[in-house]
Amino acid sequence: MSSVLNSKVPEGPLAEKWEKHKFSVKLVNPANKRKYDIIVVGTGLAGASAAASFGELGYNVKAFAYQDSPRRAHSIAAQGGINASKNYQNDGDSTFRLFYDTIKGGDYRSREANVYRLAEVSTNIIDQCVAQGVPFARDYGGLLDNRSFGGAQVSRTFYARGQTGQQLLLGAYGALNRQISNGKVKMYNRTEMLDVVMVNGEAKGIITRNLITGEIERHSAHAVVLATGGYGNVFFLSTNAMGCNATAAWRAHRRGAFFANPCFTQIHPTCIPVSGEHQSKLTLMSESLRNDGRVWVPKEARKGLTAKEALNIPEEERDYYLERKYPSFGNLVPRDVASRNAKDVCDEGRGVGPSGLAVFLDFADAINRDGEDLIRSKYGNLFDMYMQITGDNPYEVPMMIYPAVHYTMGGLWVDYNLQTTIPGLYAIGECNFSDHGANRLGASALMQGLADGYFVIPYTIGDYLASQPYEKVGTDHEAFDEAEKTVNDHLDKLLNINGNKTVDEFHKELGKIMWDYCGMSRTGEGLKKASGMVKELKEEFWKNVKVVGTADELNQSLEKANRVSDFIELAEVMIQDALDRAESCGGHFREESQTPEGEALRIDDEYSYVSAWEFTGNGAAKLNKEDLVFENVKLTQRSYK
Amino acid sequence: MLNLLNEAINRTGIKADKTIKNLNMNLTLKIWRQKNQNDKGGFESYQVSDVSPDMSFLEMIDVLNEDLVKEDKDPVHFDHDCREGICGTCSMVINGRPHGPKEGITTCQLHMRSFSDGDHITIEPWRAKAFPVIKDLVVDRTSFDRIQQAGGYVSVNTGGAPDANEIPIPKRIADEAFDAATCIGCGACVAACKNASAMLFVSAKVSQLAMLPQGQVERKTRVEKMVAQMDEEGFGACTNTGACAAECPKGIDLSNIARLNREYIGAKLKSENVS
Amino acid sequence: MSWFTKAFSTTIGRKLVMSLTGIFLILFLIEHLIGNLLLLNGDGGLAFNEFAHFMKYNRLIQIGEVVLFGGFLFHIIDGIILIRKNRKSRPVQYAVSNKSEVTSWASKLMGPFGIIILVFLIVHMYDFFRFKYFSPVADMPGTDISDLASLVYIKFQSVGYVAFYVIAMAVVGFHLYHGFQSAFQTLGVNHVKYSPIIKGLGVLYSIVVPLGMALIPIIIYINHITQQI
Repeated sequence: MSSVLNSKVPEGPLAEKWEKHKFSVKLVNPANKRKYDIIVVGTGLAGASAAASFGELGYNVKAFAYQDSPRRAHSIAAQGGINASKNYQNDGDSTFRLFYDTIKGGDYRSREANVYRLAEVSTNIIDQCVAQGVPFARDYGGLLDNRSFGGAQVSRTFYARGQTGQQLLLGAYGALNRQISNGKVKMYNRTEMLDVVMVNGEAKGIITRNLITGEIERHSAHAVVLATGGYGNVFFLSTNAMGCNATAAWRAHRRGAFFANPCFTQIHPTCIPVSGEHQSKLTLMSESLRNDGRVWVPKEARKGLTAKEALNIPEEERDYYLERKYPSFGNLVPRDVASRNAKDVCDEGRGVGPSGLAVFLDFADAINRDGEDLIRSKYGNLFDMYMQITGDNPYEVPMMIYPAVHYTMGGLWVDYNLQTTIPGLYAIGECNFSDHGANRLGASALMQGLADGYFVIPYTIGDYLASQPYEKVGTDHEAFDEAEKTVNDHLDKLLNINGNKTVDEFHKELGKIMWDYCGMSRTGEGLKKASGMVKELKEEFWKNVKVVGTADELNQSLEKANRVSDFIELAEVMIQDALDRAESCGGHFREESQTPEGEALRIDDEYSYVSAWEFTGNGAAKLNKEDLVFENVKLTQRSYK
Repeated sequence: MLNLLNEAINRTGIKADKTIKNLNMNLTLKIWRQKNQNDKGGFESYQVSDVSPDMSFLEMIDVLNEDLVKEDKDPVHFDHDCREGICGTCSMVINGRPHGPKEGITTCQLHMRSFSDGDHITIEPWRAKAFPVIKDLVVDRTSFDRIQQAGGYVSVNTGGAPDANEIPIPKRIADEAFDAATCIGCGACVAACKNASAMLFVSAKVSQLAMLPQGQVERKTRVEKMVAQMDEEGFGACTNTGACAAECPKGIDLSNIARLNREYIGAKLKSENVS
Repeated sequence: MSWFTKAFSTTIGRKLVMSLTGIFLILFLIEHLIGNLLLLNGDGGLAFNEFAHFMKYNRLIQIGEVVLFGGFLFHIIDGIILIRKNRKSRPVQYAVSNKSEVTSWASKLMGPFGIIILVFLIVHMYDFFRFKYFSPVADMPGTDISDLASLVYIKFQSVGYVAFYVIAMAVVGFHLYHGFQSAFQTLGVNHVKYSPIIKGLGVLYSIVVPLGMALIPIIIYINHITQQI
């Protein structure tokens, strides 16, 4: 079955694969690089670093961002840090250990060779970023500081206060700016990609919409790289930015790129709970808070319990459920375990706050033990942020937290070269599925984005380009006509429905279905129900959505409608994927698949594969499987008891 | 005021959901509407009712926009993205202050509990020649990008960087460089400045790289080019009033502007660039 | 343009000109105040007249005078260029202006205050040049020293002129209040230890010097009134 999918993983020992591969891929002569054009869509960590590196190599690059500047991509919001196996702390870290932790953390659903390469180039990333002037945290001797993150046994996380993503992105943005000023990269801000142009089965360009003028534009190139991030906004409420969308990836999927593991989404346990119907997005607080905060709910259901009232609940009426159930890890259990347990206690009716969808994260003991000053020095800015949003003072009353969608491990299927199933179309960063399996480790998203952009794709794209003629496909080619027409038809259709429900109303409904049935905890029955609900929602959307304005102006209503139309289709495949994967693994829990103690049960014999979904056009995607082979690690069940 | 009320209500022990309902507000918004860059534009007034104090300012406008769409009217266009105060996209002058009345936050972090029932709120776009209005409250800030493109980077190609720990950097210097590097490029400094000057923005990047050893090679050319581009974009001069730093959501300090001036003087005296 | 003139033509360059000439003018004001205080020497203006005579015929001072005029000229011209540029930088004004209270209103009115001072200077210079070159002043009896002091004493018998002078000095005070420290910031002097000292000095200077200047006409006027009675 896996014959369709050729992962192109090189032969040989794990540690030599990348070195060997770099030697065996075709090279483009330095003098010929200027004859090739590359399109990069998205300018976050992966996109900006790739576009800059392509420019440095001599390729002509066109880069696209829906934001008003590349500096605003949502990579900027990553707080915690970036992993690298530098072993600066002399605590036994190594490429293999980072590889091992990542594979294990991903619950053995990622490809060994890709993950090893990620660990291997991780050290180069830190060198590169420091050379760019990224102000990482340092110790008093002037050397780089590291911390342990997300329960890792070694201190390998480099950080820049709580703004690591911002600093890394600004570094990549600088590199990109340099190429823009050198004329090697042409930047298109406020421009959204709406289709891939396929010529003889290969990606040869894209169709974009200028978000200010509404103009539909054609761009031709020898190769197209998608770096458009994840699709967490399918859930409406997530920690993603408002504009984050799946349109580029989804339209590529419609053109033939397989979508891998779409149901793998990561739910982050420490977000600020929803405060009402008006909620537009969720705010994440660093999970480092769980180092000192204790998670609890009342033993007896107390609906609407406020943080102030919590102070009056005596110790014996509180249930510190994580400490109770996982005595050795306590409040520091991995993200998925913490999230799922929060959901469980809320489902039991023991949730707190006005919505009943929150648990307490209490710092009273930590403040008593260490003093308010020490707590302030550790978490001051997080506490301020919390106070700003909720109006509650966490130095006096417990915080309320609830899990939220944070990252999507799934994405476009790519081979070892990061090429999708469409020749000439690449996917990098969160946009692809390649490195995190069923669950991503903290501080690894930044690592992957930059690894792909700086150190992987600049090599692997040459292998494809070297086989391409210099001459580009003209934008007058009929494939461009066809793609442009598809885009225009889609937009016209949206504008002409003139129904009664706003785009946000549909999006909220979609999000609720997905959160309830395809979130952290799923059942076969629930998923089937969700499948029907989404199908109905889709039908209603195309009959009853209301989009105001015209296509030839800045029209945020149309932009949203266009994106939501794709989210709905993507949701269908997510549900299909979740239904297929009847095992609990990584970030998600399938209720039918659990141990007698109620913990997640992975089923390696049946599900040790990557699900790569192929678009068929008839409403149901076709499943292709890439079997995962583990030669270097032994598969174990996780246990945090 | 609301907080006090909230506390008072909490003390009486009334259930939380009731307090929230009681605190909902009715507001009058006066918003700048402008169809496109060529339109003259003007203010329009809107009533919003039942605004929860827990809403963010932008969520309050979301609610208004939902209503407008249902009435077949064009929603108020505004820039926003991350809604957690880091991307620097949101930009509104609220009652005469960029990012609203509270210090140290962006508009998206402003919550309605900072307002009271019956308030009149005037919302305007950033105003500067270098930030032309695109539509309603959306402005074009690519001038900032062009300043950065003029030299706000270290010219290192990918690969070939020395080991990250090869050059130790004293913690104090690294921290100070970081303070400057936290600029989110939102443009509140320009919006706040009576001269629409971009000095605080430019000084932040120049400072970051001037302090770090990695930035030394291009130190002189960087400041010369960035200042030249800043002028070309049409930003005003600095009168050292300090309004920029007072409104900066990230607390970028005025000492950066002094450093920019120093860097400029040093570069003009010492660089070999005579053009 | 040469690299030199270019360096002073950017916004920062022009601010440097403002700052350097500003500091130069600040220093000049001290000398001016000392000279003026001689009017109150109680010697019927003798010391003042001798001082003025020295200033008029000393070669070095004559050169200095040219430099001083240059300083004023550059300060004024660059100031006007900057005001115009700053105006153009915001073609559409805000409907509501309610900036944070951190900024002093003196800092926001540097331009308008500068213009008021310019008007004062024009009147001031009109007198200065008139008596220096065009309408010879009578010598003090028995000397070849012009009796400028008597002219001044007579001028300041007019309450209108005194008021004009005092108001102008108040404006100079506000201009200095911000200008003094601002000049150092523009030159890049910003230090945790020294900036507070500079700020303190600036406040002191902006009060003492204009006050001293303004007291002279007031005292002369009061003297005049009391002598009449």
